[in-house]
Amino acid sequence: MSVGVPELQSLADSVVEQAKPGEQIEAYVSRGGETSVRVYEGELEHFVSAQSEGVGIRIIKDGRTGFAYAGTLEPSAIAEVLAEARDNIQFGTVDQWAGLAEPDGVAQIPQKFWDEELANYPTDKKIEITKELEKLTLAADARVRSEQSNYEDGWAETAVSTTTGIRESGRGNSCYVSVATLADDGDEAQTGFGFSVGDSPKEFDLNKAAREAADRATRLLGATKPASKSVTIVLDPYVTSQFVSILSSALNGENLAKGRSLFRDRLNEQVADPRFTLVDDPTNPLAYTATDIDGEGLAARRNILIENGVLKKFVHSSYSARRMNAKSTGNATRGGFAGGPGVGCLAMQVQPGNKTQAELIAAIDDGVLIQDVSGMHSGVNTISGDFSTGASGIVIKNGTLGAPIREFTIASTLQKMLLNIVDLGNDIDWLPMRAVGLSLVISDVMMSGS
Amino acid sequence: MSKIQAVEPLVAPDVLERVLAKGRSTGAEFSEIYIEDKRSTSAGLDDGKVEQVTSGRDRGAGIRVVSGETTGFAHTSDLSERGLLAAAEAAALAAKQSGGGVHKVQLGAVLRHSVNTVKLSPDAVEKSRKVELLKRVDAAARAVNASIVQVSAGYGDSRKRILIANSNGVLSADEQVRTLLRVSVVATGDGGMQTGYDSLGHTIGFEMFDENDVEELAIRAAKQAVTKLSARPAPSGAMPVVIKRGSGGVLFHEACGHGLEADLVGKSASVYRGKMGELVASPLVTLVDDGTMTAEWGAIGIDDEGHPSQRNTLIKDGVLTDYMWDYLRARKEGRAQSGNGRRQSYQHLPMVRMTNTFVLNGKEEPDDIIRDTKHGVYIAKLGGGQVDTASGDFVFGMTEAYLIENGEITEPLRESNLIGNGPEVLKDIDLLGNDFAMGNPGTCGKDGQGVPVGDGQPTLRVRSLTIGGTAA
Repeated sequence: MSVGVPELQSLADSVVEQAKPGEQIEAYVSRGGETSVRVYEGELEHFVSAQSEGVGIRIIKDGRTGFAYAGTLEPSAIAEVLAEARDNIQFGTVDQWAGLAEPDGVAQIPQKFWDEELANYPTDKKIEITKELEKLTLAADARVRSEQSNYEDGWAETAVSTTTGIRESGRGNSCYVSVATLADDGDEAQTGFGFSVGDSPKEFDLNKAAREAADRATRLLGATKPASKSVTIVLDPYVTSQFVSILSSALNGENLAKGRSLFRDRLNEQVADPRFTLVDDPTNPLAYTATDIDGEGLAARRNILIENGVLKKFVHSSYSARRMNAKSTGNATRGGFAGGPGVGCLAMQVQPGNKTQAELIAAIDDGVLIQDVSGMHSGVNTISGDFSTGASGIVIKNGTLGAPIREFTIASTLQKMLLNIVDLGNDIDWLPMRAVGLSLVISDVMMSGS
Repeated sequence: MSKIQAVEPLVAPDVLERVLAKGRSTGAEFSEIYIEDKRSTSAGLDDGKVEQVTSGRDRGAGIRVVSGETTGFAHTSDLSERGLLAAAEAAALAAKQSGGGVHKVQLGAVLRHSVNTVKLSPDAVEKSRKVELLKRVDAAARAVNASIVQVSAGYGDSRKRILIANSNGVLSADEQVRTLLRVSVVATGDGGMQTGYDSLGHTIGFEMFDENDVEELAIRAAKQAVTKLSARPAPSGAMPVVIKRGSGGVLFHEACGHGLEADLVGKSASVYRGKMGELVASPLVTLVDDGTMTAEWGAIGIDDEGHPSQRNTLIKDGVLTDYMWDYLRARKEGRAQSGNGRRQSYQHLPMVRMTNTFVLNGKEEPDDIIRDTKHGVYIAKLGGGQVDTASGDFVFGMTEAYLIENGEITEPLRESNLIGNGPEVLKDIDLLGNDFAMGNPGTCGKDGQGVPVGDGQPTLRVRSLTIGGTAA
C-alpha cells in the first residue's frame, strides 16, 4: 500500500509471531472513523461522529482452519481472539487446499488513497454543504420535496501480516454527498435520489446531484403500468452497473470450484455477444473501488474476464487458485476484520461502444429505457441464471422517448441477456459501485405488466 | 426474568448518570446511552467440508444526545468511564445549542421485561455439537436425490446483553439470544442448475434442535431444488396468486409494513400518510406487529431505546388503526412509544422498525382457496422483497411456486419476482385461510441497518398480482 501504518503493522506482526510449530497465522487489524451529517428542511437532523477498531485472526493447522475476531484492539482482547481462533481449528474438516496467500512477486501499482484536505475538512463546512445540497435540490423543481440530505465521510487504516511473509498496511479516506427526494402530483408521490463522490468535498458536483434527484422523482409522475410484451431495453448507466455487478458471482473461481457458477465448463466459449468485453481492473484509479492490494495482501491486477464475448478467465484468491490448479488473480475480497477472505471481482469495467445514449435510443423502434430496477437480490439467481426484476422507465417509440411507465418487471436469463446485447454506449460513468456504468442495449426481454 | 444467570451490569449506574449528565452539558434536553456486549459463534459447511468455525466479540456503547430537532451521536468500544465521557462529549458537541449548564440525571431501578425463555444458552454447548448439526444437514440433503451436487449449511448463535439508560430516568436491560440454521442446495439436470433454500431461527438457545428436525429442513431445501429442475418458465402478466401459510409474510412487510413506520410517515414518504381510520385493506385483513411473540425471530424483551416490547394492532378489519413509533417520533406527536425503536448495533442510531409482523387468521379452509382458483399461481416459498414506500410499489421474489389449473396445483415454475402496489394489493386480498403460521427468520434492511424480524400469515389469495416471468 502507498502509505504504511507502522503501529498497526507491528500489532499484526506481534500476533503472527505467536505462531506455534505447524501453524499458519494471518492477523488483520483495522481502525477507522466516520462522520455522517443529515439535514432535513434546513435543520441539522443528525450528526454522527464515530470511531471503531478491530482484529480478525485466522489460523490454519494440518489443513484445518479456525477464525475469531473482536471489535477492539485491547491487548487482553487480542490474546483472547488468538486463543479462540486456535480453539476453533479442531472443528474444521481437513482441506488439502487450505492455506494463506504467499508473496507472488507481482508489483503493486501505486495509487493515491489519502486526501489531506478531506482529513482536515472542518465540521461546519460539512454541515453547510449538506444544507446547500438540499437547497439546490428544492430549487431544481417546484414539485420536489426533501426526504433527507446527507454528507458522509470515513477513514480507515488496515494492516495484514502472515507467517507466509505478507506484510501490508495502508490508509485511505473518502467522502460523498447524497440527497433523497419526493415529488407529488395530487395523491401520487414518487421518489428520487442524487449523489456526488470525490476525493475531497471540493470535487463534489452539488448541482448535478440536485438535478438528478429532482429529475428521478419527477420523471415518473403520471407513469402508468404497461401491457406485457417482449421488448428491447436500454439500461441506464446506473442500472447497467448493477447488472454487471451480479456477474461477479458467476466469474468467481471458488463458485466455479464448487460447481456453483453458471459459466461452469464454458471457458473459451462464446458466452456473450462479440461486442461485450469485461475487465476487472482495480488498478485503474478512476474506478470507485480501485485498490492496490486484495483482501489477502497480494497486489491487485488487471484481468480480462470476457473478451469479445468469449469467456477468458475466472477470478481467484489463493485458496480457489490452489483448488483449480491456477494462480491467484489478486481477487480475494474482505468485508473487514470480522471475516476471512472471499473471492470476487473488485472493479468491473465494460469496454464502451461509440454511441451516445440518444443515438442508441434513436435506433430502437419499440423499446423501454430502464431507469431503475428493484429486487435484484430476490429475483436474480446467479446459479440458474433466472433473471426477473421490478422496473420503471420510459417508453421508446420509433427512436424517441415517450411516456413514463412503472410497476412492471423485466425478465430473461443472464445467459440469454449476455448473448442478446445489441449495442453499448460511450457514456462511461464511474459510479460509486463495484462496476462501471454505461448505456447497454439488450433485445428480446419479457416485460410483464397488466 | 430471563433464565440466563444474571451477571454484573455492563456499566455501574452512577457512571451512567455522570455520562448522561455530560451528554446534556451543551443544553440538550435528552441524552441516552446504549451499551452492548455480544458474543457469537458461527460455523459454515460447504462442499462437504466444515470450512471454518468463527468466534466473535462485539462490545461498545452508543451515546445519543437530542436537542430540538437535532440528534448528536457518537460511539466507542471503550467502556471505561473516561471512554464513555469522551463519547458523550462528542455527541453533546454535535447537538450543541445555545444553552448549557449542569444537569443531574437520576436513574430508576433496572427494568427487565422478559419475553423469551432460554433453556440451553449457546455458550454452554460444545462447539462440536454445533458443527455436528451441519454434517447431519449435509448428509440428509445429499441423500434426497442423485441430482443434488452441492450443499452449503450455516450455523450461527449469538448472545447479546444490552443496557439502555436515558436522562428521563429510564434504565432497562435485556439479554437476547438467537440461534439460526440455514441450508442451501444446488441440483443439476438437463436444463441447468437450480437452487433450494430453507432456514430455521428462533430467539431461544440450543434447545431449538430438540424441538425441530434439522434433517427435515435439509430435505425441504433439497426437494425444492430438485422440483425446480423440471420447472417451466414462470408466466408473465397479472393473475390470481395463492400464497401458502407462513411463506408470504414478506408481502405485508413490503406492501404496508414499512409504510406504517412513523419516521417515513412523518416525512410524508409513505403512501399511508393521512390514512388513519380509513379502509386501507380488504376487511378480511387484521395486521399486527408483536415484539412479545415468544421465541419468534423478531421477539425482544425491550426495544433498543429501553421501552418494553408490545403487541400493536396496525390494521383492524381493513381499517388503519396505528403506525409504529420510536421515542423521537412519539415525542413529536405527544404520544406513547410502541416498542419499535431498534438498531443494528451500538454503532447505529435507533429508528422505527418492525418486530414480528403478521396477519391474523381468516375463516377459509386452505384447500378451498386453491379449489376456488381456476387459473393462477400457488407460491409455496417467497424470497426477499423491496418497497418504495412513497409510491407503494413493491417487489418480492418467489423461490418455490406452482401453476394452479382448474383448482389444482400442477406444474412447478422457475424463479421470478412479483410486482404490485401496496394499497391495491391489500384491497385485492379476497380469500383468507384459517391455518396461520409464522415464516422463516428474516433480516430487514433500512437506511443501511439490518435487524432480525419475523413474519407470518394464513394461506391467502390476492385477486391479481403481476408475475414477472418470461412465458407469454
